[in-house]
Amino acid sequence: MGKLTIGCFSSLVGSMTLDFAVKLAEAAVKKGHEVDLWLSSNGTMLGKKGQSKFRDYSYLAGTVEELLKTGKFRITNCEACAKARGIDKGDTMEGFGIHSMDWYLASAFDADKVIHIGGE
Amino acid sequence: MAIKKLAFIVDKLPYKAETSRLAFTHAIASQTVEIYLEDGDNVEPVIALIGDGVLNAVKDQKALDIYGVTSLEMHMKNALLLDLRVLVCKEDMERLGLTEDKIVMDAEEIGGELTTQIVPFDDIMKEIETSDHVLYF
Repeated sequence: MGKLTIGCFSSLVGSMTLDFAVKLAEAAVKKGHEVDLWLSSNGTMLGKKGQSKFRDYSYLAGTVEELLKTGKFRITNCEACAKARGIDKGDTMEGFGIHSMDWYLASAFDADKVIHIGGE
Repeated sequence: MAIKKLAFIVDKLPYKAETSRLAFTHAIASQTVEIYLEDGDNVEPVIALIGDGVLNAVKDQKALDIYGVTSLEMHMKNALLLDLRVLVCKEDMERLGLTEDKIVMDAEEIGGELTTQIVPFDDIMKEIETSDHVLYF
């Protein structure tokens, strides 16, 4: 089994790119792979606590919680990007990591594959 | 002990979105990545500006005065100061009417020794081919 590192910079609402990244992570974990998901820029919105489920928007918090339970999935917010958006540790969902950008590069270091989805 | 090469390929404009800024800040973060790695392991970043991304290299940006944010020019100089290789696509510069005197070529005033490399797109492709991972911004 391999390790996949995904970097995603797109927002939870207003784009389906983050939806794709989480579903790709889910598919990889189901196949037995390990996945690191790095969220930067507007992607850090995914870590915000208290998201509500509406039919017009992607709701990914539930999928993320289930993925975290597998032990094969790590999800980390860029600290600076999150703080710039008013998302502090206390505002972040349980299980999320909060690190600086070097964490992502370190994850890429030992990944078998890196899929980097930059901003729009 | 291994060195993994990461190519940061940037084709986004400097201020339309945050993307190109994040390319530089992520590449610069390579300076501290060792804290997460085994002794002797490291990453080797290379930044390549292609397409409209070459506009990130334009000199005399006024981002601090106008937007109140650090300019991409400053980020590029910081990258050079830290000895990160910065490549700028020659053909895309020509397409946009840019010449060497109009872009950031060094960071001498802050003590940088490395200079910007203006190279044909073929050379950038070679960098991509020899990289372990490509991060496309």
